[in-house]
Amino acid sequence: MSTRLATGGRLIDRSLFYDFQFNGKNLRGFFGDSLASALLANDQVLMGRSFKYHRPRSVVAAGPEEPNALVNLGQGARLEPNQRATVTELFDGLFAASQNHWPSLEFDVGSINSRLAAFLPAGFYYKTFMFPRSFWKHVFEPIIRQSAGLGKAPKERDADRYECAYAFCDLLIVGGGISGIKAALVAGQAGLRVLVLEQTAHWGGRAVVDGRIDGSLIDGLAPEDWVEKGLSTLAKLKNVTLRTRSTGAGVYDHGYVLADERVADHTPGDGRPKHRLWRIRADRILTATGAIERPLTFAGNDVPGVVLAGALRDYLINYAVSLGDRTVVVTNNDDAYRTAIALIDAGLSVPAIIDARPQALGDLPNAARSKGIRVETGRAVALVKGGKRVTGVSICLQAGEGSVLEEIDCDAVAMSGGWSPVVHLFSHCGGKLSWQDEGAFFRPDAARPPITHDGSPMVLVAGAANGVLWAGDCLADAEAVAQTAIKLAGTKVKRATVSVMTAPSETAMVPVWVMPQGAGLGLRAKMWLDFQNDVKVSDVQLAAREGFESVEHTKRYTTLGMATDQGKLSNINGLAILANALGEDIPTVGTTTFRPPYTPVTIGALAGEARGDIFQPLRRTPMHGWHEKMGAYFEPVGHWRRPYCYPRASESHEQAVYREVLNTRNALGILDASTLGKVIVKGPDAGRFLDMLYTGVMSSLPIGRCRYGLMCNENGFLSDDGVVARVDENTWLCHTTSGGAERIHGHMEDWLQCEWWDWQVYTANVTEQYSQVAVVGPNARKLLNKLGGMDVSQNTLPFMQWADGTLGGFSVRVYRISFSGELSYEIAVRASHGMEFWEACVDAGAELDLMPYGTEALHIMRAEKGFIMIGDETDGTVIPQDLNLAWAISKKKTDYLGKRGQQRSFLSAPDRWILVGLETIDRSVIPDGAYIVADGENSNGQRNVQGRVTSTYYSPTLGRGIAMGLLANGARRLGDIVELSVLKGAPVKAKVVNQVFYDKEGAKSNG
Amino acid sequence: MAKALKKALHAKTPRPTLGGVEFEGFAHVAECAPVGMILLRAKFDVAGLADAVKMAVGVDLPTRGQILQNKGQGAAWMSPDEYLLILAYNDVSTTLAAFNKALAGSHILAIDVSDARAVFDVTGLKAAQVLTKLCPVDLSNFDKGHIRRTRAAQVAVAFWREGMGFRLVCFRSVAGYVMGLLTHSAQEGSELA
Repeated sequence: MSTRLATGGRLIDRSLFYDFQFNGKNLRGFFGDSLASALLANDQVLMGRSFKYHRPRSVVAAGPEEPNALVNLGQGARLEPNQRATVTELFDGLFAASQNHWPSLEFDVGSINSRLAAFLPAGFYYKTFMFPRSFWKHVFEPIIRQSAGLGKAPKERDADRYECAYAFCDLLIVGGGISGIKAALVAGQAGLRVLVLEQTAHWGGRAVVDGRIDGSLIDGLAPEDWVEKGLSTLAKLKNVTLRTRSTGAGVYDHGYVLADERVADHTPGDGRPKHRLWRIRADRILTATGAIERPLTFAGNDVPGVVLAGALRDYLINYAVSLGDRTVVVTNNDDAYRTAIALIDAGLSVPAIIDARPQALGDLPNAARSKGIRVETGRAVALVKGGKRVTGVSICLQAGEGSVLEEIDCDAVAMSGGWSPVVHLFSHCGGKLSWQDEGAFFRPDAARPPITHDGSPMVLVAGAANGVLWAGDCLADAEAVAQTAIKLAGTKVKRATVSVMTAPSETAMVPVWVMPQGAGLGLRAKMWLDFQNDVKVSDVQLAAREGFESVEHTKRYTTLGMATDQGKLSNINGLAILANALGEDIPTVGTTTFRPPYTPVTIGALAGEARGDIFQPLRRTPMHGWHEKMGAYFEPVGHWRRPYCYPRASESHEQAVYREVLNTRNALGILDASTLGKVIVKGPDAGRFLDMLYTGVMSSLPIGRCRYGLMCNENGFLSDDGVVARVDENTWLCHTTSGGAERIHGHMEDWLQCEWWDWQVYTANVTEQYSQVAVVGPNARKLLNKLGGMDVSQNTLPFMQWADGTLGGFSVRVYRISFSGELSYEIAVRASHGMEFWEACVDAGAELDLMPYGTEALHIMRAEKGFIMIGDETDGTVIPQDLNLAWAISKKKTDYLGKRGQQRSFLSAPDRWILVGLETIDRSVIPDGAYIVADGENSNGQRNVQGRVTSTYYSPTLGRGIAMGLLANGARRLGDIVELSVLKGAPVKAKVVNQVFYDKEGAKSNG
Repeated sequence: MAKALKKALHAKTPRPTLGGVEFEGFAHVAECAPVGMILLRAKFDVAGLADAVKMAVGVDLPTRGQILQNKGQGAAWMSPDEYLLILAYNDVSTTLAAFNKALAGSHILAIDVSDARAVFDVTGLKAAQVLTKLCPVDLSNFDKGHIRRTRAAQVAVAFWREGMGFRLVCFRSVAGYVMGLLTHSAQEGSELA
């Protein structure tokens, strides 16, 4: 059984215990435990089930590479699926449940899949698509849906808060092992601004664990003490920042790095942000991310109790947890002997070390032998015995086919197939790897690094991540790489501060990809490569036989490396198997692409502060509070929220809108038009500039007058519209649509800065400086007269003119413009007076039957008048001529933006869809987006169409449905009856009419 | 009604957009009373520009990235042909008229944008940490006299050092959003260091 030893554990504090729950069981661990170590201490070895076969799963690793020990962590609003128990710090009250089991972890019905493995081969998922056809939908899909899948998706809103932060540095060091610390010391003492990230809560990496076992020394100190000393030196350097619990997740162009800081994962509910996403801009990046141990591929290597050798001694040294009394060590290298030595030193038993190499003569094997451990070279594990726990191993010759020489009873197996440098961050931005035969791994190729803006290397790599696996060499490598970083930063390199490490020497490892090398299919089908996704040696070999030669294709076909660990354990072993099956060497086959993030980053961290009230910048007009108080129903217009209507007590929105339309037409309406874009254009060339921007002529507009204008893009398509007012000799004010102010201002600056840079024109977006209030309806003039202060009579202020003055004591600019067809004034006041002016209008308008109206009433009234709306009548394919707006296009001007575009044959074709009005015969309202159908069908068997509806409303004024639409040859077809498709039922018949439905003569606009 | 109107008109300075809200976290966040601001578009070499700026706000023409301040007035460099003049809210119309008169005939655009903006002060020893969470700006060498146009999360802002912290300007319509950002980022317990 797995248990806690009586003494030891460098990370735990036995005086402080934590109670926690796993699958409903109440368990107890210590401060400093990981969830995995705490579970093992309670003999909870079984932690989950695999994805495909529902095989029992326990930890195989002790760090972020863990593929198996995934749990649903927390509950309700704090539920997080797929959390790795190995990196989850234990806290009091932790609640976890295992995943992918049914009905229980101990007895899982789905594990029958394992017996059916022969019928669930590589590419099973894809094969189910093929034959028989109907089986996918009715048989395979429901079964796969039931049995696959890992964690449960949370259903409640996340209770935690998240945030982002920016950081800048000369050198970002990722990894706080001895290499990272050494590099930080060198670069920090040279004066570089250094940021060091360590993914765990502790500094020192592997060396501090192994130092306890092998007695290695750095500069005469135990590695732990050397790390302590280094940290205290770094803490004194103002130019160095150290961050723990922070994972370098992704490296992007120009030294941009994302890092995920787990601020409060281990203290949930304390009010701090759960995670903080760091957006780091580093001049250069130095990764000292260490290496990950590789499993060995022998039959039964997935049985709970088979653990990576390094992980097993992590549990032992860091947490004083043993996986069992008797551990067999299986290896192809010297490093795993440390695990055996540590076990013996802890008073546990190591029945044998099975070394696949022909001989083992290094310091560590000799040390193991001197401790009385039996070392068997040239041997292999033929089979691990046991179901939910290891009960023993069968031993055979590595060179043979698996004939059992001996059986050894044991509770755990520590395996080591060598180590692979963590090259992920180096590779994210295109760093190339080279294969190193000696250690059988890919390492960063310093000659082909990812490069930054000046062609210099953006990412440097030091220590084990650089392929320097022996700790004794790491420090010199870190020193050298840090010196390179200093040189590249243009800083003077100080004399080297060489650290000397004495550690046991290690002899060469021998690559072992299949154990034993001649294993038959029966054994190969039990050799796991990807533990989470259940990909075995036989699956990769099958994929190769079926023609999947590319490693990227094999990955997708077999799902090798596609689990939540993204192949951290399986990648190299899988490649080696594939290469062997294809008769290629490993570097020829190559690796799959390393993509960010290095380990999963929770969506909450990526969203940062952007949720709830600050999910999006919500823009409010100065009168927003009044609308809210009146119970307005809002609709989004860009980032603005505008009142759609102001429903009263029991009114539906529809009823409110009709009331608002009728009241405005018959008495007085008031609209918050503050969102309307307002751009000032000034300068000696301003008139010429506006003549190019608008289709009409603005330079000739007299001071004090307004003119409606259309703006097109270079292609000729209508882009925006609005009323332009001439302010003085050199100044114009351009109104844009509500959503268009920033876009049109940018459009103007684009042309001024990039094309007509020598024209003397300045623009300024003053949209938010003013509140604009539209006073609309037969009583409009009466209201203004009542407020008093200026003459707004027909003679003094006729239609399409503006005037400055005061109203009710407010300084105002009054525009006589109308978007409703009624007598209408749009009054601009400074924004800080907006609310008071609005309230003054509402107060004064009470006896004139004033009612506020919203955007829907605005839309209906403009449609009744046949006015177009950008975004309804236009969609980026419509030119002004299509909308009967030729009158607003100057024929005299030699040029304007879009003129040439509009001359292209298809835009000047006589049979374009042209705007018309549509009146249904039965007075009904045509559905939005309906097509005007034509005879016959096209080559795809679809009904031919000759037009479409662009705006459609019920007109309360006319008591019938009205619509505008684009119709082939529209203008020449007044009086025709056309048919419009509707989703259900027979087409609706409508008569083609003039687009102006109401007050065709325009008499109403003068009051 | 007349009374309310009179009150509105004679109010010395209007109320700030959010009514002068404040938040006390690991830094202090407060919406400021309206500040007078004149947006000035002009090339630096316009004849008489420096004198007119000096007359208007009492400081020289700022150079790239610079804000010059003097007794509540100031001028900030916003782009190669844009400046921001800062002055008392109630002085804007008089100053603007005099400024335009002084430069009559020159190609410039000077316009009152005081009401288009909301202004916040973020103060305290850890004020920089609040901005570090929102703005992609390296504050380690951002001294008094620097101005930075940038963004806070999703909206445009500008800020400079003022008093015991920073003064931050954004568009009026997003004042509520920016206050939300500042409040979120200044929460006790979320200090960066």
